[in-house]
Amino acid sequence: MKEILSMDNVSYSYRVGDEESKRAVDGVSFTLHDGEWIAIVGHNGSGKSTLAKLMIGLLFPDEGDVNIFIEKLTEDNLWEKRSQMGIVFQNPDNQFVGSTVQDDVAFALENNGVPFEEMLHRVYDSLAQVNMSDFLDHEPHHLSGGQKQRVAIAGALALHPRLLIMDEATSMLDPQGRDEVIRVVENLRCKKGLTVISITHDLEEALLANRIIVMNKGQVLAVGTPKEIFLRGVELKTIGLNLPFALRVSGLLRKFGMELEGEHMTEEELVNELWTSHFSK
Amino acid sequence: MLEKMIFGRYIPGNSFVHRLDPRAKLSFVFLFIIAVFLANTAMTYAILVGFTLLVIFSSRIRLYFLINGLKPILFLIIFTLLMHLFFTKGGVLLFEWKFIKVYEEGLRQGIFISIRFLVLVLMTSVLTLTTSPISITDGMEDLLGPFKRFKLPVHELALMMSISLRFIPTLMDETDKIVKAQLARGSDISTGSIKQRIRAVIPLLVPLFVSAFKRAEDLAVAMEVRGYRGGEGRTRYRQLKWHWRDTMVMALFVVLVAILLLLRG
Repeated sequence: MKEILSMDNVSYSYRVGDEESKRAVDGVSFTLHDGEWIAIVGHNGSGKSTLAKLMIGLLFPDEGDVNIFIEKLTEDNLWEKRSQMGIVFQNPDNQFVGSTVQDDVAFALENNGVPFEEMLHRVYDSLAQVNMSDFLDHEPHHLSGGQKQRVAIAGALALHPRLLIMDEATSMLDPQGRDEVIRVVENLRCKKGLTVISITHDLEEALLANRIIVMNKGQVLAVGTPKEIFLRGVELKTIGLNLPFALRVSGLLRKFGMELEGEHMTEEELVNELWTSHFSK
Repeated sequence: MLEKMIFGRYIPGNSFVHRLDPRAKLSFVFLFIIAVFLANTAMTYAILVGFTLLVIFSSRIRLYFLINGLKPILFLIIFTLLMHLFFTKGGVLLFEWKFIKVYEEGLRQGIFISIRFLVLVLMTSVLTLTTSPISITDGMEDLLGPFKRFKLPVHELALMMSISLRFIPTLMDETDKIVKAQLARGSDISTGSIKQRIRAVIPLLVPLFVSAFKRAEDLAVAMEVRGYRGGEGRTRYRQLKWHWRDTMVMALFVVLVAILLLLRG
């Protein structure tokens, strides 16, 4: 599998005072391969947002290298690299540049000098991929948060990126908007093999990833599949992360003396176990 | 409440005037404003009024909106009319009462100036009522294009304008929220003396500014990450198309000026 992004012993400190500095990211290393979906989780101040800024070249590491498409990210190749990845930020309103949906999707294309005819195709195409084709001429204030985030994803897709980064993209949405956005991204990953990094503190969202990287105090605490990570339940709680609902329920059921087999990542798995639990006995 | 005010200004439609290229409309109105000053006889003013009515008719805008637009400047029109009536001297004395004297010339000038005002306001209202703000911005950017040579940041100005327009409703919503939040805490902005009311506005403005700056920062980051590097090497998604009808409108302007020049005294 091809390597898309790798962090090699990356550290970054914010300068607080004249002499003082606060280490936000401390010796982080990981590699992301083509078609993978990884989730970076951690509570506030764990360094995950700084990590996102390092990936898109808003910050450059004090130590270590950030490699994107097997090439070190530097000031010189910054714009070229940025044109090959898409980023969706947290606040749906503050990243909507255009005055209508189609203008906003076209914004990154305009910046990269894509000719007009090509732009039309790409705008329609990427809006269709996020199910927003009916909203071409809508103004942002007539859209819901979930719709705005889908437009932001379309704006990223229009560039035909190899990597999509979602920096807390669902944290300001209502549950319905969150589901819409997650479904769209999941669909894109399945159909188009898009590589996704989602930075989140929502472990339900992280469940969908292939791998989870848990951050704490700027360091990588654990890396593994969702199953592996959630088995360390208590440890996650101590660093301020909430387990997914199904896991919490099954944990509580066990505590009250119910015998359950296996681990339950989703509500469906738990429900299946519960309604069949007396069959065999 | 405020949303209505701003969006009442543009009325979507499909009339002849609506479909004109914004560049044609902008340059026409700009030139028309100059041409209005050519009129100096009853006949030429009549032609201007007739032409304006023709434009209004072909834009299919309901008169209600236009009259609404006139309200704020009605005072100004009446004021200039009265000023001319009382202070312009010349011609036959028409009316005298105590120290007030109204001369024929004063009446004539007063009516002419009022018509001039009215025609200008009506024409510019038709422009903004039939052209969406974003089209006006696009048209301006294109028309001002030649001034780039003189280091005028045309692209930046146009982008600033379109971003401001885009954020008006967002900030309105925010203002609404802040007002409600402060009301819930017992602030009172609708009663009291003027001084008290002004003081009550400060707790609204401060959070609004703080959040606007936060938004600006977020937006700047989002723009940079999406590859925005200024106007150089940028292509445009919104394409303006100049049709035969736009040429026709410009030709109509030439005809209008010719008639005015012929008939002016």
